[in-house]
Amino acid sequence: MCALALGLAPAALAADAPDLATRLASVEAAAKSAQSAGDNAWMLVSAALVLMMTGPGLALFYGGLVRRKNVLGTMMHSFILMLLVTVIWAVVGYSLAFGGSSAVIGDFRFAFLNGVGSAPNPDYAATIPHQTFMIYQLMFAIITPALISGAFAERMKFSAMVLFSALWSLLVYFPMAHMVWGKGGFLSASLGGVIPCFDFAGGTVVHISSGVSALVCALYLGKRLGYPHEPMKPHNLVISFIGACLLWVGWFGFNAGSALAASGLATSAFVATHFGAAAAALGWIAAEWLHNGKPSMLGGISGAVAGLVAITPASGFVKPFPALLIGLCAGVGCYFMVVKVKNLFGYDDALDAFGVHGAGGTLGAILTGVFATNAVNDAFKDGAGHTLPLGLVDGHGAQILNQLVGCGIAWALAIVGTLAILKFCDWTIGVRVSKGQESEGLDVSMHGEEGYLFEG
Amino acid sequence: MKKIEAIIQPFKLDEVKEALKSIGIDGMTITDVRGHGRQKGHREIYRGQEYNVDLLPKVKLELVAQDARCEDVVKALAAAARTGKIGDGKIFVYDVAEAIRIRNDDRGDSAL
Repeated sequence: MCALALGLAPAALAADAPDLATRLASVEAAAKSAQSAGDNAWMLVSAALVLMMTGPGLALFYGGLVRRKNVLGTMMHSFILMLLVTVIWAVVGYSLAFGGSSAVIGDFRFAFLNGVGSAPNPDYAATIPHQTFMIYQLMFAIITPALISGAFAERMKFSAMVLFSALWSLLVYFPMAHMVWGKGGFLSASLGGVIPCFDFAGGTVVHISSGVSALVCALYLGKRLGYPHEPMKPHNLVISFIGACLLWVGWFGFNAGSALAASGLATSAFVATHFGAAAAALGWIAAEWLHNGKPSMLGGISGAVAGLVAITPASGFVKPFPALLIGLCAGVGCYFMVVKVKNLFGYDDALDAFGVHGAGGTLGAILTGVFATNAVNDAFKDGAGHTLPLGLVDGHGAQILNQLVGCGIAWALAIVGTLAILKFCDWTIGVRVSKGQESEGLDVSMHGEEGYLFEG
Repeated sequence: MKKIEAIIQPFKLDEVKEALKSIGIDGMTITDVRGHGRQKGHREIYRGQEYNVDLLPKVKLELVAQDARCEDVVKALAAAARTGKIGDGKIFVYDVAEAIRIRNDDRGDSAL
């Protein structure tokens, strides 16, 4: 009986084998689908968070900083980009940023979102639908030109702003995004770049490109009428505060979402983001308190944004304490850019888009080369599968040079591209409003409405 | 009849209203105004941009009283509005030629 049982057992196992393989396959499929569900949920939330940074975050932040007569015009700068860039993105933008594998700009393979469906694109994110990756990246393309509007606030023609932003997306943003994040991009860290530049969530692509373009805009358009003699106080710091705090929360989607998965790396970026912002706000407030005798709320929120900017490229590469340090440097550094350097040179960067995004972005990009470590991000491996050292703290000081090249290319593209586009806009429709329109305010002269009508 | 016009600190308005009510004055007109006397302004700094704000928010209070009551009103008003610091404001007293109640054409003291 026993022998019979033993003799039967292998036969029974053999009969079970196809069944086991099927079950194993179905378990694997279930695990994959569970990971995809988790990653996709986080990435859709992140995409929504990043859109929230533009509207209402940036719109409120910038809207409160201008004079009352320009509040709607300023908010409209952010809002129109949520519409305009979306359409451009669907037609060619996504393809120019992420299609193909050339060094400088994408191709037209995804034009009209052709082939961008629910199947993942393993080049970029293997566990989420290609469409999720596409819509997430769109939100970055929206906020970047919106950041520039801080420099030309209160004096640019609306029509010129629309034309400028459309051309800027095509000629500056899409190439920059492709070079840093696209497959085969010249500066790509993980997808075959010639000079691998670490930019986790957009230090070069978003903040240097927008911040430096902002400086070019401020210089090209010239000062606002009456600057700096007439008072140009922020008209409503309460809405600026709300906007800045929405930016802070949205930034978790911006940075932690850039892990493109609901992973440990996302958590690490989330933590670094928060620590960077807090330390930078403290740094700005402390510098101001020592320098002027009073800690201001505007200083606090400006510092928080400066810290969020600086930690952006570093967020997926650094530990929490370096994040605090990067934030602190950004808070103090941007304070002196805005308070000292701007007044020294006398340019009218109305809402300090360059002082915060250009300077903070450059600082963050360089410090990423210092503090990036494979203890946080082990995605970079050599041929034998060993984890590569990342930044100076890993003993790879040469990375700082790569970061400098990345910054240099971002600066150069922003300067040349923005200047050419401004010239073109000026030549075709004119970039600046008339003196009458400027003193009347953009709300009435450009949009035919007022922000605050409490009577009636 | 006298018109009493006082420029006071905005945060003193409630105390002044109470003080006037307690001596039987129940009509007055209040306007938000901006101004300064010997009290200069203050300094505001927005991202390093300095502004000297010399026109400060004040409240202007106007009322008309019978000649005999004028001194009481002025005393009550001044006592309630005073902090003893620079910037407390001023009181001006004018002669009033005539007062007319629009509802029923009452004139003089009976219109008050």
